[in-house]
Amino acid sequence: MTQAFRDKVDVSLTVNGEPVEARVPAGQHLIDFLRTEQGLTGAHASCEHGVCGACTVRVDGQSVRGCLTLAAQVDGAEVWTVEGLTDSGSINDLQDAFVARNALQCGFCTPGMLVAAEELLAQVARPTRAEIREHLSGNYCRCTGYEAIVDVVESVARARAGKGLS
Amino acid sequence: MTIAFGNPDRPNSYIGKTVPRPNAPKLVQGRGRYVDDITLPRMVHVAFVRSPFAHARIKEIDSGEAQAVKGVLRIFTGADIAKVCTPWVGVLAHLKGLKSPPQHALAVDRATWVGEPVVAVVASTRAAAENAVALIDVDYEPLPAVTDTMTALDADTPLIHPDLGDNLAFQRLHEEGDVEAAMASAHKVVSAQFRTARHTGVTLEPRSILVDWNPAEGQMTAYHATQAPHMIQTVLATHLDLPESRVRVICGDVGGSYGIKVHVYPDEVATAAIARIMGRPVKFIADRLESFSTDIHARDHEIEAKIALDAEGKILAIDVDDWTGIGPYSVYPRTSAIEGNQVVNLCGGPYEFANYRAKTTVVFQNKAPTCQYRAVGHPIAVAITEGLVDMAAAAIGMDPVEIRRRNMYADDCYPVTSPAKMRFEGLSHHASMTKLMEMMDYDALRADQAEARKQGKSRGIGIASFIELTNPSPFMYGIGGARISAQDGCTVRMDPDGSIVALSGVTEQGQGTEAMLSQVVAEGVGVSPSTVRVITGDTQVTPYGGGTWASRGAGIGGEAALQAARALRQSILEVAASMLQADPGALDIRDGQVVDSDSGAPRLPLEELGRIVYFRGDTLPKDLPRELVQTRHFITMDYPFAFTNGVQASYLEVDTETGVVTLLKHWCVEDCGRVINPQLVDEQIRGGIVQGLGGALYEEIHYDSDGQLLNGSMADYLVPMAAEMPDMIIGHVETPTAESELGAKGAGEAGTAGAPAAVMNAINDALRPLGGQITEMPFTPERILRALGTIED
Repeated sequence: MTQAFRDKVDVSLTVNGEPVEARVPAGQHLIDFLRTEQGLTGAHASCEHGVCGACTVRVDGQSVRGCLTLAAQVDGAEVWTVEGLTDSGSINDLQDAFVARNALQCGFCTPGMLVAAEELLAQVARPTRAEIREHLSGNYCRCTGYEAIVDVVESVARARAGKGLS
Repeated sequence: MTIAFGNPDRPNSYIGKTVPRPNAPKLVQGRGRYVDDITLPRMVHVAFVRSPFAHARIKEIDSGEAQAVKGVLRIFTGADIAKVCTPWVGVLAHLKGLKSPPQHALAVDRATWVGEPVVAVVASTRAAAENAVALIDVDYEPLPAVTDTMTALDADTPLIHPDLGDNLAFQRLHEEGDVEAAMASAHKVVSAQFRTARHTGVTLEPRSILVDWNPAEGQMTAYHATQAPHMIQTVLATHLDLPESRVRVICGDVGGSYGIKVHVYPDEVATAAIARIMGRPVKFIADRLESFSTDIHARDHEIEAKIALDAEGKILAIDVDDWTGIGPYSVYPRTSAIEGNQVVNLCGGPYEFANYRAKTTVVFQNKAPTCQYRAVGHPIAVAITEGLVDMAAAAIGMDPVEIRRRNMYADDCYPVTSPAKMRFEGLSHHASMTKLMEMMDYDALRADQAEARKQGKSRGIGIASFIELTNPSPFMYGIGGARISAQDGCTVRMDPDGSIVALSGVTEQGQGTEAMLSQVVAEGVGVSPSTVRVITGDTQVTPYGGGTWASRGAGIGGEAALQAARALRQSILEVAASMLQADPGALDIRDGQVVDSDSGAPRLPLEELGRIVYFRGDTLPKDLPRELVQTRHFITMDYPFAFTNGVQASYLEVDTETGVVTLLKHWCVEDCGRVINPQLVDEQIRGGIVQGLGGALYEEIHYDSDGQLLNGSMADYLVPMAAEMPDMIIGHVETPTAESELGAKGAGEAGTAGAPAAVMNAINDALRPLGGQITEMPFTPERILRALGTIED
């Protein structure tokens, strides 16, 4: 074990809109910090090297891998997880559509999938199915076969665009 | 009284309708409770030193430096764990000749595959445990590794377990009719070699267990991501020498199973043993490398097969020689011989023919153990059968749909027994094929294919008919001596507020079990599904049952729930009849109210009945039964298994320059009997198809000749991603089983069973004009280019 790895780092950030100050091990990943220190178990650790997307959370407006980000890196950042996004009401339509379309089975990938899907919906008003599939290709789902998830993102985009016009 | 399933407007008609899953909202809000989300007081973490060699003698273990790591509490070797945990042997009596040596929770003296747990380190954090694992020095003496299946039985191949005498775990030969004579007199004989790659399940939630031993209560509690809580209860009790009644297994939310989480894993049993020794909660969560190297693998088969036809395209004979390597142990307690056995049972499944010979040879290897994974044996048997049928059709110039129609069992021929001695109660191959043809507009698709070919595009259409084994009886495991319940139970009760609670022995892995149970119970009692709370996955609370495997949840757990619900309904009506001075037969329960059957006029809300029974029982006649709780169990008796059937089709394009396959569309028609929840069934089919597509196109565990695992990460072992997957059209034919009132058979594995064969046949349909043919999965660009002769070295 190196001296550097033992070092602790002070961080000050907001998590789901609430201020958090902590002293974290320099080697601790953001996903472990959120899950074990903050009790935010919505996002999950799965592949642990940035492939599967189960740990996806929002940091300063962008979806990032919680397993590739160190807790020490988010000093000063604004972090949102599925718990905070739920409480804020900002993705309730997307969540309701996931339930209605059964776009989740075991649900382990879903918190990360929601963050990634919301990122696309924020960027592109009416994504095509191909664009949706491309954007979600960094989020593995082993249960659904993806089609229901694509259906949901497409339908929520349509519904939001409809509201924007009215 | 029976349920009028044919009338969709009947009262309380929830069976057959898409109702929402009661447990889905919490999962989309991140409020699920998977094992790793649980933290208990005084909880510690365990990490494992694992063998870096495929086969090695374990000599000295030096843990001195590791002991000094801050946070490390205890270190256990195989010998330490063996003092409190007996070894197990993964055999079943009905699989004659199956042998396997005793397996310990941690390797004792000898490690037999890369990843086998050797030393356990317990620390206050997982990070500290992992740091200490890296500092443990195990002195290994490498031994020769057996890695090739086909030479495992050769005289000069070393023995993995000298005490067993050879490397043969199991062999079975089934013969029906006279295959040699049929081959000799046939109009055409087509032969082929097939290969299915070693896969693993890649559950996004890794294997997870948290075990607490409370010596003061004499009770062990295991929070476990498992498909079979009662089986695990038995296993932990047996091998840790505890009364079964003192082991409680709790299975909360599970992040994907697919068969991976229905087995006994040495590191998980070691975790329980350590909890027993330390008297405090111990958590083990596999990391991804541990998942790849120690989750069960499957499907590693090499096959030579032949089919004989007459001049009209009728199948005369099928001959299959199947080999599979299962790792160093047969997995406990379901064994690693089932997959090969299934290949023997299932080849030729949809077709009526007389002469059948199939042999499976199951050998030991120094690789991760293999065992049952979604659609056990089916993708292999379907690929063999449907591959042969397509090749035969091409050889005699017949359309692949036509040759199937000429050979499939007629829809009115049931019951019938197959040449593999499988008994079919009722299947619908022809109706399913007709529906598929309509859905995919086969003729138009053929025209599109021809048009594409004119433009230089190689497109192919692949068809795969299949049968699927569901609703298993004790013939699957129980008759072999395993304490694995084929029966399942459900307790349904009414609480004072009129709400219903259903406790079931089947488990929820995300497939929608709890939604299925809620709607079955709702219809059975006569209430809205939203008033039914479903509780699963707790051996101390639910009736004893088998859990979730072999597509049994709806067919067996659902029927138990229906019978319990209807018994409760009867109990409620007897009380209501007394209170209302009415004939119970003249009353019904609809939407939570006791009503007059004839007029539907409301007579008594259930909450009022509940109030009287629970708080003013003094006002009821003394001898009036008032048990507002009923339990029923269900087991299939008439058939060993309820077979389902279906047919899939794939339309795809092969880039003959790069070898890349683009999936354009996929269809599946399947017959799972009564469909309880159309949306859940369709999504099971879709998810299953994509798992099958992964096996067809991407998934392959690689070992080198020394038994080193070469691809132990998600970056190196590819699974299907959103961008590559097609949209899928799903249709149904319903042939309910007469074994139950519900009539449901299983639907969870049909997609996986048929998809690889459909893709293989579609690729070969595209390549045939170019002279190429592929039969080795996954169908990678390299293999396709080799089939085309583009790569030759």
